[in-house]
Amino acid sequence: MTRATLLQVRNLKVHRGGAQVLEIPALDLRAGEVLALMGPNGAGKSTLMLTLAGLLPPSEGDLQFGQTILHTRADREVFRRRMTMVFQDPLLFDTTVAQNIASGLKLRGMPAAERKPRVADWAGRLGIEGLLNRSARQLSGGEAQRTALARAFVLQPEILFLDEPFSALDAHAREGLINDLGHILAQTGTTAVISTHDQAEAARLAHRLAVMQEGRIVQIGGLREVMNHPEDPFVAAFVGMETLLKGRVVAGREGLISLRIGKDPASDREVVALGEAQPGQMVLVGVRPEHVSLSLQTDNTSSARNAFVGAVTKVIPRGPFFKVELDCGFFLSAYVTAQSLSELGLEPGRPVVASFKATSVHLIRKEGLDSQL
Amino acid sequence: MELIWEGLRKALELLLRLDPEVLGITLLSLKVSGIATLLSVALGLGLAVLVALNDFPGKRLVIALMNTGMGLPPVVVGLFVTVLLWRNGPFGFLGILYTPAAIILAQSVIATPIIAGLGLAALQHLPPGLRLQILSLGATRSQMVWLLLKEARLPLLAAVMAGFGGVISEVGASIMVGGNLKGSTRVLTTATVMETSRGNFEIAFALSFILLVLAFTVNALLTHLQQRSGRR
Repeated sequence: MTRATLLQVRNLKVHRGGAQVLEIPALDLRAGEVLALMGPNGAGKSTLMLTLAGLLPPSEGDLQFGQTILHTRADREVFRRRMTMVFQDPLLFDTTVAQNIASGLKLRGMPAAERKPRVADWAGRLGIEGLLNRSARQLSGGEAQRTALARAFVLQPEILFLDEPFSALDAHAREGLINDLGHILAQTGTTAVISTHDQAEAARLAHRLAVMQEGRIVQIGGLREVMNHPEDPFVAAFVGMETLLKGRVVAGREGLISLRIGKDPASDREVVALGEAQPGQMVLVGVRPEHVSLSLQTDNTSSARNAFVGAVTKVIPRGPFFKVELDCGFFLSAYVTAQSLSELGLEPGRPVVASFKATSVHLIRKEGLDSQL
Repeated sequence: MELIWEGLRKALELLLRLDPEVLGITLLSLKVSGIATLLSVALGLGLAVLVALNDFPGKRLVIALMNTGMGLPPVVVGLFVTVLLWRNGPFGFLGILYTPAAIILAQSVIATPIIAGLGLAALQHLPPGLRLQILSLGATRSQMVWLLLKEARLPLLAAVMAGFGGVISEVGASIMVGGNLKGSTRVLTTATVMETSRGNFEIAFALSFILLVLAFTVNALLTHLQQRSGRR
């Protein structure tokens, strides 16, 4: 998908209190895409977002919107009317829902008669048309965030910035809102940047994913690419690749590699993966828990190249799934449904067979890997 | 007890009779303290906005000074303003000592820090992200300031009430820079002090009741404004 670049930054640096908190050599936001920023607290997601939104002047570097480089405060002020931002806290004004939704239009001097149909339209699209005359103080968390989103979308922003918009909501409100936001983003084709802690949220809304750590973007790429092919252990852990094992290549031919897992040289646990590698090379072997299936005995009809007998060590509820941790001579984690859990009788100590395809094995090969492990 | 009832009766009588002298004193009190409050709102809120929205070295010191200023003793203000406006003082050429203008000036010095200090607290109490949210909705800087003031309107109106209450009731500065001149700078508080010292307790009580009613009326109006806007 080739799309025009809408916003680009080059050599961006932000200092705060003498310390550098953000360094982004280059970042392009393409028209119509949804870019998710993920990373732990303090990774610089919010700082990057505020800078991209023109709300925080960079210490160094340029922000270019379309063909215009935003040099001055006046440039940024013009840009600010073409984008908008929704924060974790809905930050509604102490007035009615309708007045809140209309506030950005009012700031632009739009007459009341023109504002009204637009406000009604967006209230409807976010399912709050019944609350228009309600005071913003009387809203639930979900209703308040819907009002904040309507207040943003009614401006028809060229870029919408969403700074952890669902983090403060309960699971039920969050679920509905992510759904609705996904529909609206797809319908309107709005270019958006969303920051989140939650990989599931990113997976449902974003086209591209950038993982941040300590003020830098560690990896950026297509959603599936980053999720399934993290380039380093930090990204792997952050995007939910829960099994990460140190392995040594023992053989490689015809696009298949055999890897010996674990530090013990006598270990007979071999994992088969796709790719090319030299025997003796050290790599990290990653497997996403949703790619591991569990059964009670080895299934010869399965196409999975890797099958290991192990024992359940832990069962952890994870939303609609259960995470099962196994000891197969090495650590392995798998997601199962509640039904599988009871059918297989999974509980600590239970012996099971864990299998996954060679295509599900992701190898991280990086300079200096040994020192990171 | 009898004195108080007598004072209340006298106050009603003076008011109903529209006693020209009492009426003049009352209107002057209202005018002087009203103008001083308006000036203090402009200066104090301006200062509060500047301090709230900007980071600069010594900000904490400025805030500490503003908060200290909220407790300025009126007599100290009266002394300084008198010296400044004295015939040979730096502003003596203005020739406003012992005129209502001097009282307005002194009362503004008293009310400005009160409104600035409470106003700053009101603005700082707003959610920290609100300023950025308003800017991201496309507000210019002045639109942003207006919206912030509007969001803080309840505590800001309380600040205005505190400022007005502080100056309508003070006597030290008014008597020092105004001189309690009959028909020119005599206000309710200075007149009350004078009548009390002369032993005219009935009149003193009457003036006090009028002062209370005046303060109550103005604050009731402001409260009405505050609570009406709060319900929206």
